[in-house]
Amino acid sequence: MSEFDTAASRVSALRGRWAVLVGFGVAAVLLFAVAPAVLTSFRLGLLGKYLCYAMVAVGIGLAWGRGGMLVLGQGVFFGIGAYLMAMHLKLADAGADGVPDFMALISSSGVPGWWEPFRSGWVTLVAILVLPALLAALLGLATFRRRVRGAYFAILSQALAAAFAILLIGNPTATGGSTGLNNFVGFFGFSLRDPVNRQMLYFIAAGVLLAMLLLVRQLMVSRYGELLVACRDSEERVRFLGYDPATVKTVAFAVAAMMAGIGGALFVPIVGIISPNDVGIVPSIGLLIGVAIGGRTTLAGPVLGAIAVAWAETSLSEQFPSGWTYAQGLMFMLVVAFLPGGLASLGAVRGLRRKIAAADPTVAAETADGDPAPVPATEPRHAHGGAQA
Amino acid sequence: MNADYLELTDLTVSFDGFVAVDHVDLTVLQGDLRFLIGPNGAGKTTLIDAVSGLVPATGRAEFGGQDLLGRKVHRIARMGVGRTFQTATVFEELSVLQNLDIAAGSGRSAWTLLRRRRGVPPSVAEAMETVGLTELADTPAGILAHGQKQWLEIGMLLVQDARLLMLDEPVAGMSGEEKEQTGHLLRRISADTTVVVVEHDMDFMRAFAKSVTVLHAGKVLSEGSVAQVQADPLVQEVYLGPGSHTAEEAAIVLGEGV
Repeated sequence: MSEFDTAASRVSALRGRWAVLVGFGVAAVLLFAVAPAVLTSFRLGLLGKYLCYAMVAVGIGLAWGRGGMLVLGQGVFFGIGAYLMAMHLKLADAGADGVPDFMALISSSGVPGWWEPFRSGWVTLVAILVLPALLAALLGLATFRRRVRGAYFAILSQALAAAFAILLIGNPTATGGSTGLNNFVGFFGFSLRDPVNRQMLYFIAAGVLLAMLLLVRQLMVSRYGELLVACRDSEERVRFLGYDPATVKTVAFAVAAMMAGIGGALFVPIVGIISPNDVGIVPSIGLLIGVAIGGRTTLAGPVLGAIAVAWAETSLSEQFPSGWTYAQGLMFMLVVAFLPGGLASLGAVRGLRRKIAAADPTVAAETADGDPAPVPATEPRHAHGGAQA
Repeated sequence: MNADYLELTDLTVSFDGFVAVDHVDLTVLQGDLRFLIGPNGAGKTTLIDAVSGLVPATGRAEFGGQDLLGRKVHRIARMGVGRTFQTATVFEELSVLQNLDIAAGSGRSAWTLLRRRRGVPPSVAEAMETVGLTELADTPAGILAHGQKQWLEIGMLLVQDARLLMLDEPVAGMSGEEKEQTGHLLRRISADTTVVVVEHDMDFMRAFAKSVTVLHAGKVLSEGSVAQVQADPLVQEVYLGPGSHTAEEAAIVLGEGV
């Protein structure tokens, strides 16, 4: 019978792979052909900005949806990527040994030493890929080893976002303070004023996002992905099987941070400004809300949710400038209260019902009157904590 | 004699001055199926908590010649020590196959981990056969019946390649037939591993134990075969209260054959 079952699971895996391929195809056509054709260059630029948020969201989906880490401070990693890119662009605009315009205005001490390495484009690109992931890895090991999790980890990550914003504001001569860094002219030799180059940036963002989705898809179906879900649902049990859950979770956290950093780095040339307002607590939570609405445990849910929320934010705040925050809060509450798995769970619930019905009928019957069917975990369930005599 | 045996020397666990396990000496050889029994609060579960690294302890707990105390839980697990909990803990959203595959994989390389599982690893297929869950390989563990979850846990210990298995009330909540199957399963497993079972179910203990240790107030009260332990006046006193007891009285609590 094992032949039959593996054949069945192989068929379903194959079908899943086809669905993913078709999904990617549709997404690619929409992003690369339809959107540039129907959107004005202003709207296309806005979509590019949403794609940058979506990159952060893909990472949040992995860390939170699959790994159970409620990352409330992804703005930090987004901000590190963004500021690294912005520093490089300002230095490149200023020319060899030049001083960026805002620095020349408010201080006479010249370029701080720690800015200097980022005159090099290569150093900047490597730093964007490495620094956010490295910071997350150190932070992850330090906290997960001490079994900091759940709400405590969420508060910690949020505090970090607050501290990061305060740090940026407190050093105006080096970071532009609360104004941030803006007014970029060139991007690696290309003028940012040229609409063709701006469209190219959009294409880069779209390509990077699709690549990230492929990466996360691979992580989700791999054995590592199964292990990550196991850590989310019962960390203690995983430990008794000979794994260190701290390592497992740190990998997902670092990947999420790297994705946020890349999103931030592309945000800078596309949007043209980065300021503490884009990296603190409020934007960090805003990103999370998109993921929650879209469905944090799925592949596409976080992306669609983040894009939808960012789009709604733009269109609503065009009409009701102050109403957006309330709308956002309301949406979040509605989703948490009535649809903990996000919009994506509407389809998943049906799938699960089919699966249960297909399983042994006696098992299905027992499920009906006994154990509740597994729902997408709202909280990382933890296993046996204390000792019992 | 095989080196894969458990030897506790002077094992002590105390919580804020309360001594839950009090200078216990205990040896369980390979091939044994040792039942730990005793009244509530006797320290049975705490004892296996200490051996598996969940609570700190003093003394020595050697398995395969190496001291387990002071090591991290996942390190101890990798040394071949597996355990289950009073309430079955499986990964509810993963299938039976995925649960077992994770249990089998603590030694996998990063490269293997990052790839998709292809087919069913032989050890996993064998374990599914042993615990009788082959038909349910693709069923989410969360919708298994209670007894099936317990078997899945035992299966996870098997593929984990545990050489010391510690089970905490494995038959709690099982039907008579399920208990019977579990007992035979444990008998089979214990042929070439070291198995320690914490249990309150006296009928089950009597039917399947190869040897028994009675704990009371954190100390070893009695040890030996089922018959020896049942005949021990100290054990009768703990279970039935002080004074002399008739064989019938003892039989009610400790089973026939006293």
